Amino acid sequence: MTDLLLAPFADFAFMRRALLGCVAIALGAVPVGVFLMLRRMSLTGDAMAHAILPGAAAGFLVSGLSLGAMTVGGILAGLAVALLSGFVTRVTPLREDASLAAFYLISLAGGVLLVSLRGSNVDLLNVLFGTVLALDDAALVLLCAIATGTLLALAVLFRPLVLECADPQFLRSVSGLSAVTHGAFLALVVVNLVAGLQALGTLMAVGLMILPAAAARFWARGIGGLIAVAMAVAVAASLAGLLLSYHLALPSGPAIVLCAGAAYAVSVILGPEGGILARYRPRAHLRS
Amino acid sequence: MPIRRRAVLGLIAASALVPARAVAQDRLPVVASVSILGDLVARVGGDRVAVTVLVGPDGDAHVFQPSPADARAVAGARAVVVNGLGFEPWLDRLIEAAGYAGPVIVASRDVTPLALARGEADDPDHAADDHGPADPHAWQDVANARLYVAAIAEGLAAADPGGAATYRANAAAYGAELDALDAAIRAAVAALPPDRRRIVTSHDAFAYFARAYGVTFVAPQGMSTEAEASAADVAALIAQVRAEGTPALFLENVSDPRLLDRIAAETGAAIGGTLYSDALSGPEGPAASYLAMMRHNIATLTAALGD
Repeated sequence: MTDLLLAPFADFAFMRRALLGCVAIALGAVPVGVFLMLRRMSLTGDAMAHAILPGAAAGFLVSGLSLGAMTVGGILAGLAVALLSGFVTRVTPLREDASLAAFYLISLAGGVLLVSLRGSNVDLLNVLFGTVLALDDAALVLLCAIATGTLLALAVLFRPLVLECADPQFLRSVSGLSAVTHGAFLALVVVNLVAGLQALGTLMAVGLMILPAAAARFWARGIGGLIAVAMAVAVAASLAGLLLSYHLALPSGPAIVLCAGAAYAVSVILGPEGGILARYRPRAHLRS
Repeated sequence: MPIRRRAVLGLIAASALVPARAVAQDRLPVVASVSILGDLVARVGGDRVAVTVLVGPDGDAHVFQPSPADARAVAGARAVVVNGLGFEPWLDRLIEAAGYAGPVIVASRDVTPLALARGEADDPDHAADDHGPADPHAWQDVANARLYVAAIAEGLAAADPGGAATYRANAAAYGAELDALDAAIRAAVAALPPDRRRIVTSHDAFAYFARAYGVTFVAPQGMSTEAEASAADVAALIAQVRAEGTPALFLENVSDPRLLDRIAAETGAAIGGTLYSDALSGPEGPAASYLAMMRHNIATLTAALGD
């Protein structure tokens, strides 16, 4: 048992680094994912992942496999899409989902064009799909810094964010901070997706952001409980995914996200808070 | 004044283009699938052919997406030169889409193919499995490149009988250069201590080189650049490098270098430099032609392994 669970991490530094990277993503991205879910913006995470992709691509084209250029490019592209779609939403009748869809599609097409202009697209695929097994010191520092910054920012934004989840009209009526909160939150989404890009690639990073939050929904009611359960699910999925990848020779990124997906599936069926089985169990309050 | 001079220069350049175009139209238009084949075709065809390469320098044929311009080039070609052995899976569709009905010269026609295998060391039963798909990277053995050149010369001669003598003469001259290259590689490997003829590289494209010249290559990734390495692959490789004291790791022009960096950091092996396997470098790079590529590879290998 020890051999099965601990030996891979004891023997190989790359496994320890991969786990640390995943834990950092779990701590930073998962609370953001919980708020995305509560605000019914889960698909916004996916849209933003597409929006940062061309920025990272442009950074790569300019200065190769440079962590800094790709990170800055991804963050700039993501923030630009978030800001522009927010701007259009506020000054025109177009709703946020439509304007976000429009801007991320433009951004994505621009990125694909950039990629096609350059002869070699293989490096780029490697970049965009990330390798959790190849995290170097700089990437780990970046992941941990982003996780730390995200937790601090969420601590500051916690009250207005919860209010926005519960009653956005109320917050807008009593405080001018609604727009600021919304913008800062979108920035957190972008920054965490860019962090995930380093390890898992953009598409897989959304998986680790959204799936644990969706799974936690079936186990906890309060927001604190939701975040705690979601983080636990994300860390467990990362650990299980890496071990599966190690023992069964599966690609690491998909293995991790599929483990989170399995946790979600189990939660849908067994979860006490609205899970399928719970709905058909006799309810306690009928006995009174 | 500078503006007018530029205008005059532009006129001269434009007028110079017209005869150049006419000459290019006199040449036999040939499409080669990848840059290495393009170089071989240019050497065999000489002035009589105009070569268009589909997958350019540093590109990867595994994930190539043909564009309409590629289809136009194929449609206008009098001969299409491909590697074969499954190296260009997109080519049949491209030829069909372009409506091309001319000859397709399969350069690897006379090559004895090796079976596709993952890293030799971590897959002990690959020898039993000869019925799998063939390894397409046959040009990494210079003897195979000679077969390529012969097949190309024959194919061009069939497509353009008037130039048959030229093609044969070019092929013979180039063949002599290939023989010299082959001898140089053998001499370079022979100068290495036998226990150091062993490297790790990120792309498993050197099976023919390994068989021909007796250098062992181990890859952290599978055959295709589309496959993502699993933790098990990476762990097996690190364990192996540690156990056998493999002296050097090599980057390659079409794979993820970050993974190799990690493996190097974890094993203490040296990173030896860039080996070119599937594609030539740009004209400024160290592997602008097939001969330059093979010379660059063997020089890089001996520099890293020859302590």
